[in-house]
Amino acid sequence: MILASGVNPHLAELSNKLIYSAMAVYLLAMFAYMFEWTFGSKGAVAVRSAEQATLAETAAAATLPQQAKVAKAAKSVTVTVASPGGGTTTLTRTALAGEGATVVTSGRGDGDVLDGPGAAGTSEKGDMAGRMAVSLTVLGFLINAGGVFTRGLSVMRWPWGNMYEFSCAFAVSTVAAFLMLLLAKKPVRWLGLPVVLTAVLTLGLATTVLYTDSEQLVPALHSYWLGIHVTTAIISGGALHAAFVVTALYLGKDTYDKRIAAGKTTGPFNTAASVWDRLPAAATLDKLSYRINAMVFPLWTFTIIAGAIWAESAWGKYWEWDPKETWSFITWVAYACYLHARATAGWKGRKAAYLACLAFACFVFNYYGVNIFVTGKHSYAGVG
Amino acid sequence: MSDTDLKPPADEESAERMSSAPVEADAPTGIGVIGWTRWMWRQLTSMRVALILLFLLSLAAIPGSLIPQNSQNAFKVQTWKAAHQSIAPVYEKLQLFDVYSSVWFSAIYILLFISLAGCIIPRTWQFVGVIRADPPAAPHNLTRMPVYAAWHTDADPETVNAAAHRLLRKRRFRAHLSTGTKGAVAAEKGYLREVGNLLFHLSLFALLAGFAWASLASGQGGKLVVEGDGFANTMTQLDDFTGSAFYGPEDLDPFGFKLDNFTASYQTTGDQMGNAREFVAHIRYWEGDDSSKLKAGDIQVNHPLDIGGSKVFLIGHGYAPVITVRDATGKVVYHDTVPFLPQDSNLTSTGVVKVGDYGDKDGKKVQLGFQGFFLPTAPANFGPTTGPISLFPGDASPLLVLTAYAGDLGTDSGLPQNVYQLDLTHLTQLQQDGGPAKAKMTPGQVWQLPNNYGTISFDSYKQWATFSVSHRPGNSVALTGAVLAVLGLIGSLFVQRRRIWVRAVVGPDGRTLVELAGLARSESARIAEELAELAVDLQDDAPALEEPAEPLPAETPDTSETSDTPDASSVPATSAPARPADSESKE
Repeated sequence: MILASGVNPHLAELSNKLIYSAMAVYLLAMFAYMFEWTFGSKGAVAVRSAEQATLAETAAAATLPQQAKVAKAAKSVTVTVASPGGGTTTLTRTALAGEGATVVTSGRGDGDVLDGPGAAGTSEKGDMAGRMAVSLTVLGFLINAGGVFTRGLSVMRWPWGNMYEFSCAFAVSTVAAFLMLLLAKKPVRWLGLPVVLTAVLTLGLATTVLYTDSEQLVPALHSYWLGIHVTTAIISGGALHAAFVVTALYLGKDTYDKRIAAGKTTGPFNTAASVWDRLPAAATLDKLSYRINAMVFPLWTFTIIAGAIWAESAWGKYWEWDPKETWSFITWVAYACYLHARATAGWKGRKAAYLACLAFACFVFNYYGVNIFVTGKHSYAGVG
Repeated sequence: MSDTDLKPPADEESAERMSSAPVEADAPTGIGVIGWTRWMWRQLTSMRVALILLFLLSLAAIPGSLIPQNSQNAFKVQTWKAAHQSIAPVYEKLQLFDVYSSVWFSAIYILLFISLAGCIIPRTWQFVGVIRADPPAAPHNLTRMPVYAAWHTDADPETVNAAAHRLLRKRRFRAHLSTGTKGAVAAEKGYLREVGNLLFHLSLFALLAGFAWASLASGQGGKLVVEGDGFANTMTQLDDFTGSAFYGPEDLDPFGFKLDNFTASYQTTGDQMGNAREFVAHIRYWEGDDSSKLKAGDIQVNHPLDIGGSKVFLIGHGYAPVITVRDATGKVVYHDTVPFLPQDSNLTSTGVVKVGDYGDKDGKKVQLGFQGFFLPTAPANFGPTTGPISLFPGDASPLLVLTAYAGDLGTDSGLPQNVYQLDLTHLTQLQQDGGPAKAKMTPGQVWQLPNNYGTISFDSYKQWATFSVSHRPGNSVALTGAVLAVLGLIGSLFVQRRRIWVRAVVGPDGRTLVELAGLARSESARIAEELAELAVDLQDDAPALEEPAEPLPAETPDTSETSDTPDASSVPATSAPARPADSESKE
């Protein structure tokens, strides 16, 4: 008989401290986002107006003739784009001959619903708070990732062997999805508050209810598929979560738009109008959530397939309708329904959004519900 | 009421149809059985019904995850039935204990796959047609397209069209240049979207075929092997076997192996103490008829061994005490290694010893039976209520606890008997000191049985492992299907199918009007930028003229200049731009 130990207690201890620190930093980031929203509501909530857009265009137009004088052979094209709402938008692309530079100005046309200015509104203080919040989020993310990393180092394996470790990694991946959107220069700082809030809640749940000491794994988890299957599950989870937040905001914004059209002055559940005003247009939110979901769907499919391959080598059958398998299948079908409805059946807008919410509910149940309430082959050490 | 006036011209309709999805019928056409059959077939293959079936499939999968299933744990089903006696028969009728092989679950997925076939196969042929034909010709009125740009130039139309054709080709569009007075370029790109879409749906059939093959031609057997023993994969040696329609006992793959030893390691500290950390079965195996050519191999959880068309999985393990029984004269009447079955995670194991050939005692034929516990790590004292409970699954302090019976084991009746249970009907428990005779033995200890029955000795113990021998064809088919499905998904979700048309025509004033239009799905705005880039490049060959006033905006083309070209003269400012293609049609 061999007695296994192989746990580095110092690293495990460090990991725990880092996770707690990450929670604290996320909490600070959350307050900063709240300040951003609060300051933003005090400034004049000006929807990024058509004036601003025309201003940019005028500025561009003003520079264009000058450039044209310098380089006579400037090439300029204005493209008219019909938006689904029935309005039109124009996009102008100018290339200066000899310099290879192109200038793109996007103008806005009539009938197009405009995006809100973001959480900070026009308030400079709000913007400052928002920038601080993003910095804090990045710091929290690094500490959180460090906590997950040291946890893995302490036992020299992938740090997602139980629900505690999975939850910590899930928080990392949710925040990473948000930060990647920011890195891609998408104006999504308004997403920060809900994302950081869920990161704090997930870590809180992990450290209080789900916590288990850093230990080696049961033989059922000794497989490189742990690195593949669970990693993709975590990434899918984080991104699907971000998409869910956007979908929920879309539903809120859409309700708000309807209430405004009906002559009311507040958002759903009598929330302040200024909050909804500062969010992007409902159509923008809808499109963003669709894009994230569509991007993650192949990854989620791969996660299930990787799980099936692992099941084949661990249990002898690649598909046994184990509760976890069943619910990941249900989740997959729900998202497939959403994508089909969205892309083809004309189920745009709210109906498709409800489907997306339902699909995410299936995902969440598959994680918490199946692990805690249903016993199956995915019940491992340290759950409940 | 007819809405033909509002419909775009036929050429636009074909240009805007970007997917080969069938047009859906709303009501039965024709009369009689054929009409209705056709209508039902149309309904079944329609997107709406397919979506409903898909949704039903996920709903139907739920009960199987909440109610115990025969296919996973028949014992749990029995327990559940015993606990819910009033409702169990109803559940039984509804096949809720076999959800995934039930009539209703099968009906849903079979209908779904028929619907899928009815949709995908015609679409595949249509797509083949699309691939072989030229991209749809430019519609008359390009301003109706969702993305549009135009300018005037001095270059002659032929050159501009040819340049556009070349540029589109360079951008890897499938482009078709039509010449003549109304020369134009029609180009399309992103066929991989439809390829991916079709591939994804077709590969689902491969997955289904893999499933079907596996369920028709697979078999699984179980075998418990003690360290040092061997096993040959035949029906007589397997403890149990479940075959299928095309895989019976005579199809078992010829191979065998010998379990040399088994190693296990466990967590020794912390709150996960006793959790298993590693199991390895070290074996030597042979394939075919020649059992002398042995190859060494390890079998671990997650690492089955492929032997001769079957996979051997490590399922469980436990301890087997080696026991010798001697009669009163000291003659060995029993010597065997007896596997004890684990009852908990610390491997508290129970088992029985059946001494069938004890012989005569006091002139009467007698058999002996023993039953008891094997504890790999025994506590110093047993709790008064808990009985013998092992503290740890490793063999830190092994102990065998036995009670003895004498009488008739019932093994000579010819009826099959469970080797892990004693039939106590004709046995009497041996008594000692006014109570049932029992003994705690450590390895090497001997128990002097009461009433001069002789001795039983606990010589040593070995480990055993259970293996599952599984023959499952169709895995590669299912895996190929799954991989293709992901590739198809990536294609159908990430590739943008779009069309670009370029038309250069000479106006009445002698200047050439260059028009560009683009069409893509509504989810992406990138087509506008793509069109702009193309236009900027095209201006190398067709330099834009200084417009008299404003640069020509698409909404207000100068009608006086383009009055001869009927397509451009329809007033675009009032006609709504076309919606992005087939947002309502079937994917």
